[in-house]
Amino acid sequence: MSFQPIKFYQTGTFTVGNRLLAPEERSVQASIRRFNSINSGHRACQGCGEALGARYAIDAAMEATQGQLVAANATGCLEVFSTPYPETSWQIPWMHSLFGNTAAVATGLAAAMKIKGKKEVRVIAQGGDGGTTDIGFGCLSGMFERNDDVLYICYDNQAYMNTGVQRSSATPPAARTATTMAIGEEPGNVFGQGKFVPAIAMAHEIPYVATATVADLRDLEDKVQRAMGIRGARYLHILVPCPLGWGTASHETIKMARLAKETGLFPVFEAEHGEMKSVLPIRRQLPVEEFLKPQKRYAHLFAPTPRVEIIARLQAMADRNIRKYGLLGGTQ
Amino acid sequence: MMDKPFAITLDPGSSLANRTGSWRTFRPVYLDRLPPCNATCPAGENIQGWLFHAESGDYEQAWRILTEHNPLPAIMGRVCYHPCEGACNRQYVDEAVGINSVERFLGDEAIKRGWKFVKPAHQSGKRILVVGAGPSGLSAAYHLVRLGHTVEIHEAGPLPGGMMRFGIPKYRLPREVLDAEVQRILDLGVTLKLDCKVTDIRAAMAEGGFDAAFLAVGAHIGKRTSIPAGDAVKIVDAVSVLRSMEGEDKPMLGRRVVVYGGGNTAIDVARTAKRLGATEAIIVYRRTREKMPAHDFEVEEALQEGVMIKWLSTIRQAGDHQITVEKMKLDEKGFPQPTGEFETLQADSIVLALGQDVDLSLLEGVPGLEIKDGVVQVGPNMMTGYPGIFAGGDMVPSERTVTVAVGHGKKAARHIDAWLRGTTVEVAPKHELATFDKLNPWYYSEAPHTVRPMLNIIRRQSTFDEVQGGLDENNALYEARRCLSCGNCFECDNCYGVCPDNAVVKLGPGKRFQFNYDYCKGCGLCVAECPCGAIRMEAEES
Repeated sequence: MSFQPIKFYQTGTFTVGNRLLAPEERSVQASIRRFNSINSGHRACQGCGEALGARYAIDAAMEATQGQLVAANATGCLEVFSTPYPETSWQIPWMHSLFGNTAAVATGLAAAMKIKGKKEVRVIAQGGDGGTTDIGFGCLSGMFERNDDVLYICYDNQAYMNTGVQRSSATPPAARTATTMAIGEEPGNVFGQGKFVPAIAMAHEIPYVATATVADLRDLEDKVQRAMGIRGARYLHILVPCPLGWGTASHETIKMARLAKETGLFPVFEAEHGEMKSVLPIRRQLPVEEFLKPQKRYAHLFAPTPRVEIIARLQAMADRNIRKYGLLGGTQ
Repeated sequence: MMDKPFAITLDPGSSLANRTGSWRTFRPVYLDRLPPCNATCPAGENIQGWLFHAESGDYEQAWRILTEHNPLPAIMGRVCYHPCEGACNRQYVDEAVGINSVERFLGDEAIKRGWKFVKPAHQSGKRILVVGAGPSGLSAAYHLVRLGHTVEIHEAGPLPGGMMRFGIPKYRLPREVLDAEVQRILDLGVTLKLDCKVTDIRAAMAEGGFDAAFLAVGAHIGKRTSIPAGDAVKIVDAVSVLRSMEGEDKPMLGRRVVVYGGGNTAIDVARTAKRLGATEAIIVYRRTREKMPAHDFEVEEALQEGVMIKWLSTIRQAGDHQITVEKMKLDEKGFPQPTGEFETLQADSIVLALGQDVDLSLLEGVPGLEIKDGVVQVGPNMMTGYPGIFAGGDMVPSERTVTVAVGHGKKAARHIDAWLRGTTVEVAPKHELATFDKLNPWYYSEAPHTVRPMLNIIRRQSTFDEVQGGLDENNALYEARRCLSCGNCFECDNCYGVCPDNAVVKLGPGKRFQFNYDYCKGCGLCVAECPCGAIRMEAEES
């Protein structure tokens, strides 16, 4: 595990803050003077996981760099809801790139800082799963392969949500989107397609690759802090549930991220130079139905007739993750 | 326009201009819900409130919050049957919080550190007579003094404590603990007159110039039943036995003792007999273990110590060192019915533990009183039918426990105070209950409860040393921190953290949080992720 969980202090490190912990043991988000890098007034939907994930991650990066941070941001929800010209929610130097070239723009920013002798200014590239796993993938792979000094953060909500929920290569099997079969027996995304970019990033053997969710703040903050302590290409993939695209209530965003991790469907781990270093173990293992059932994008699996064979295939995916990444850890 | 860079026509602006609060149809609202422990405490303690301070290691503050309602925590931590733990929401996570053990730790800590109560700042000039220095009388005296009144306790016995001294055995409540907590109340300026039996309440009030009286004489008369008996067998009542344990002459019960009854007193006296050297202590009870009024853990402890219990049995006859017991069976309604089957038990003495009656002689001639089933009826304000005379504890209709008595004392004190000022007590409406479904238990660490040390069995059978041990600081802190803080914000920062719109304002330690409704979109994440259920969604008015 990436951080040392603290137990027996009522809520330990499960909650955002804990008055019983020493100040240095508390999270960035618990601080009364956190940066709020992405400010109020943004136009994200109610209960947006991406807005939350972005503040968690960028605040942690700001803390780690003492505010010496610039960011390039791919087109996508995060850019659209935060910065409708001439307003912006960002309280950091922030640059909007094209949909597909954020990694390249960030590479340029890092090179510029180097030439200007501003070694302390660190660069982040960020985008959604569409801008990362599909459209921006070539630039991303180039940035990895050159080992450019950039932390790339992908906020994965598993489809193109901004434009109306179209399938991306991060959309999981069986999830319905606007562009998976709209009629017929199988409205969900097909099995056997898509990609898991964290594994591809690991294949580049870059210094640091990690996954996180908005349900485990302490783990997420620790990973950002670790990433900012390393020079070279780094990749952080954060699962950020989308109430609109997933068809969940706005108050269920964190619960959905938690269920994705607890069922094993989304493995939370970190790797260095292509090697697995640690996993955040499942705390209370749950069957995949617990994750699927609350989401309208999976409603066709439960009605009018339960699609047990599809649910079984999704469960097999979760079981494979659990096996492959050792998600039951030492807690079982 | 001229000053702007190429292709820029508008000044950069902050999204703060966009008041997203206008999207909202529901708003989150902070509230305090009533924790189930507090709701169940017969003494009305703010348990969640004092645990909150114990969690951070501020034991003195925890003790001060505790004693706002109950001046006897070290006693409570030993003799209370802790209904709070039965209600504790943590039982649905793993096991209930050991509230009683933390209370005892705080009480013992207060004695060890010599913490004192704060004396009242003003004096009302009113004089109140408290009759009886048991838990109810002491509690009333404590609260009345803190409200600025002058209090005099008249106690019939030679020492204060009532049933806590003359009913509860030493192995459950060491006397130095009792003495310390009583003394701390007396140190507030309460006058205690011992061996001062009140025989006529109105005369005593007139004589001492008292403005009001609180009666808490308890129930000290052991109930008798007629058992056909020869001369050779000794029949005594349990109250007398337990009372004589406090004197020089310990009761002579013989080697084979039969206790008749199924309440906590029966258990106490059987365990006492065992410690006095009885080779056999047998409880004879007419119904089953499930129907027994004694608390199960006490039954269990008694059985561990070698006390034997004959269920479904009544004593029909007592002869020369032996008694005849008839077996019973329960009918459809659960009442025991005789079977006609008899057996014989060896017995040197029979102790009757069939309940206690109240000595109401001091109330003779007082008009307006209503006595029913041997106890004095009181109104919701604890006042009897005679204006100015209040009553509580075992002498009024209620469950007869130390904690209930303490609660009566507190309640009566508040009403006496109001009555003396010609007003009534304004009771704030109770908060809604913080039931388990209001919580998000994900956030609480796994932590099974701490087991209190028990004295070894040999010493439990032969000495009056305290049976149950206390917690040390480490495990008391741990146990306090198992509290879920049901319904009351404990500043975990979750709402502040999980808001995607930064619409929660953190006000700093001890000051909790507030919503910035200019930007709150009403998503409800803070409500869903609040561990303790201290936020609620409310519909916006359209």
